[in-house]
Amino acid sequence: MTAIPIPFPQRPETWNLPYRGKVAMASLIIGESAIFTIFVVAYLFYLGKSVSGPTPREVLTPPILFTIFLLSSSATIHFATRFLERNKVGPFLGFWLFTIALGASFLYGTAREWQRLIYGHGLTISTNLFGTTYYSLVGLHAFHVSVGLVMLCLVAIFTMLGGVDSEQSRRVGVLSMYWHFVDAVWVVVFTVVYIVGR
Amino acid sequence: MSSDAITMPGVNIDDRAWVDVLHRWLTTVDHKRLGILYILYALFFLLVAGAEALIIRIQLIHSHNDFVSPQVFNRMFTMHGTTMIFFVVMPVLFGFANYLVPLMIGARDMAFPRLNAFSFWLTALGGFLLYFSFVGANGLYGAGNAPDVGWWAYAPLTARAFSPGHSSDYWTLALLVSGFGSIGTAINIIATILCLRCPGMTLNRMPLFAWLNLVMSGLVLIALTPLSAAQIMLLIDRYLGGHFFDAQAGGSAALWMHFFWIFGHPEVYILIIPAFAFMSEIIPVFSRKPIFGYPIMVAATIAIGFVSMSVWAHHLFTIGMSSYANSFFTITSMVIGVPTGIKIFNWLGTMWGGKIQFKVPMLFCIGFLFQFLIGGLTGIMQATAPVDWQLSLSYFVVAHFHYIIVGGIIFALFAAFYYWYPKITGRMLSETLGKWHFWLFLIGFHLTFDLMHIPGLLGMPRRIYTYEPGRGWDTLNLLITVGAFIQGIAIMIFVANLVISYFKGDVAGNDPWDAWTLEWSVSSPPPAYNFATIPVVESRRPLWDVKHPEDPDSRYE
Repeated sequence: MTAIPIPFPQRPETWNLPYRGKVAMASLIIGESAIFTIFVVAYLFYLGKSVSGPTPREVLTPPILFTIFLLSSSATIHFATRFLERNKVGPFLGFWLFTIALGASFLYGTAREWQRLIYGHGLTISTNLFGTTYYSLVGLHAFHVSVGLVMLCLVAIFTMLGGVDSEQSRRVGVLSMYWHFVDAVWVVVFTVVYIVGR
Repeated sequence: MSSDAITMPGVNIDDRAWVDVLHRWLTTVDHKRLGILYILYALFFLLVAGAEALIIRIQLIHSHNDFVSPQVFNRMFTMHGTTMIFFVVMPVLFGFANYLVPLMIGARDMAFPRLNAFSFWLTALGGFLLYFSFVGANGLYGAGNAPDVGWWAYAPLTARAFSPGHSSDYWTLALLVSGFGSIGTAINIIATILCLRCPGMTLNRMPLFAWLNLVMSGLVLIALTPLSAAQIMLLIDRYLGGHFFDAQAGGSAALWMHFFWIFGHPEVYILIIPAFAFMSEIIPVFSRKPIFGYPIMVAATIAIGFVSMSVWAHHLFTIGMSSYANSFFTITSMVIGVPTGIKIFNWLGTMWGGKIQFKVPMLFCIGFLFQFLIGGLTGIMQATAPVDWQLSLSYFVVAHFHYIIVGGIIFALFAAFYYWYPKITGRMLSETLGKWHFWLFLIGFHLTFDLMHIPGLLGMPRRIYTYEPGRGWDTLNLLITVGAFIQGIAIMIFVANLVISYFKGDVAGNDPWDAWTLEWSVSSPPPAYNFATIPVVESRRPLWDVKHPEDPDSRYE
């Protein structure tokens, strides 16, 4: 079990490699983008191809308020992580909880819209092509918001238990990358479903 | 692995109850053990899928044969294709990447060891689900068990009306689950290579093996995910009454084809790029020369990665696309031959003027070069839309892609087995059995797949259950089947070699091939912690520098 005795050269003076969490999250985001791309392509491809109603124009209204909520949560999570980097745990927790509230209200908005569509207009995932593509695209995004919210809540609980300080700011930063991604995807989904698709 | 991780040299740790050993293997997060698990898992499925191939070949041995029923025949070719791609070649490549990447870049483990274990067990669950369909998929009476829709599962074959029972569901779930495992492994490989390189190992000094696996992992991220998305859509169609691929409600079967091949063609490069990685490590060592044109090899690999994303519709020339689409995909499919040709040129350039040692790994490499070139040339033929209209869905296509996958990827894999087996087990594989394996497999391969082009040209469609006599296909099919059995015998010799050499092989030592990358600097098998002290490198061939301090590579790079 002995290695060749190797007189390895001198260690270089600076040797900095990227943080593995950041690289992994960036990779995950690339992969997730491809998944969303396929669903967006399906949505666009099937626009106007439903053989029965209801159509997007008849039933969809742009959820502008909830969109503002979700997009502003990107700003609040950014401020939160900045506070954490400077070890200000109190303001961090405040902004973090605010982010959770904004994300949760967005999900509430989606739930209200789905309830209106299902009970008001009789549009389900099996009604027509529009229903199939709409619920799967918006639902895929809502699923990602939900996963993000669970993770955000975990961090909030750990913070309240006193386990989070500036040492964890890199890890928290990785989670905030994911949250920014979820928000950015919503910009695409909103554009495709509520602007182009109507 | 917690207790293994602090094993001291010379301390005997092997006297444990078998339950302990099993527990250790099942709960391991060590990249080397997970690599071995991946490889053993893939070898098991290689035997299973090989047996399925032999069943297909026995059925086609002469006209009007009824060795199996048409239903079973459909299941066999579906399971053979799905198993070979997703549960043989993918896992075995991930296994080698897992085992070798940390050792080659001077790291002690992958970036995320637990994610690594999770990914492996997801892949394992996928394979289990696929084969559990044989007992679990009988839904309605007479619905059949194993998936029988072909490995690309075109709509509307997968619709509830045409695939009752649960066979297609097992197919979908198996691919979805193992796909998530592959994405996890890809993320892990990327993070490992970018974040855990030992001091001095700049991207420009990384072994090509690491470079090519980095590109492969990037391709997994953008090419395997569309398949996962399409599988989710299929599940929505089958379980929630969605209409994605339901033509009666306005859905499109062609969309599934596009989604499948947006995955399917880059997948070919996901499989072949690690084979290139094996070539790029093994050929220089047995030619006793550094790789020719290192930067060009990296650039060509990245070019292949990019171009491979825009060639998928050459699988769809026959569904009736516009002439612009046909021209575009013809051109891109030919363009991708350029960086691939550069690679072949560079491997030949490495061998040119070298002191070539014809050990078994090198024999398989030379076989690879020859067959991969031929397979590439028949690929260029079919990239031309009018030729493809004639040859599509014939045995010519089957011969072409088996030339790449068996003659290319499997040959490269065998080279890798003979080359790295000493590192993994500490024992050399037998050269005698290895040469029997090589020559028998080579003869069987050419008998099967050279001849298979001809019935294709004569019009024999792929996936047919049987055929009429008097079309001139009988003798050819008989010889093809004989070749398949010769390959089967060669694989048996290979497996026997793996087992016998494990107990009786010559002791390998650290560096049996006088090679140059970091994995050969540690003992065989490497200790759990890989490197007692993290190495520092100054060139692409750190062990050359050590062995030749009077003339190190770092002076020229």
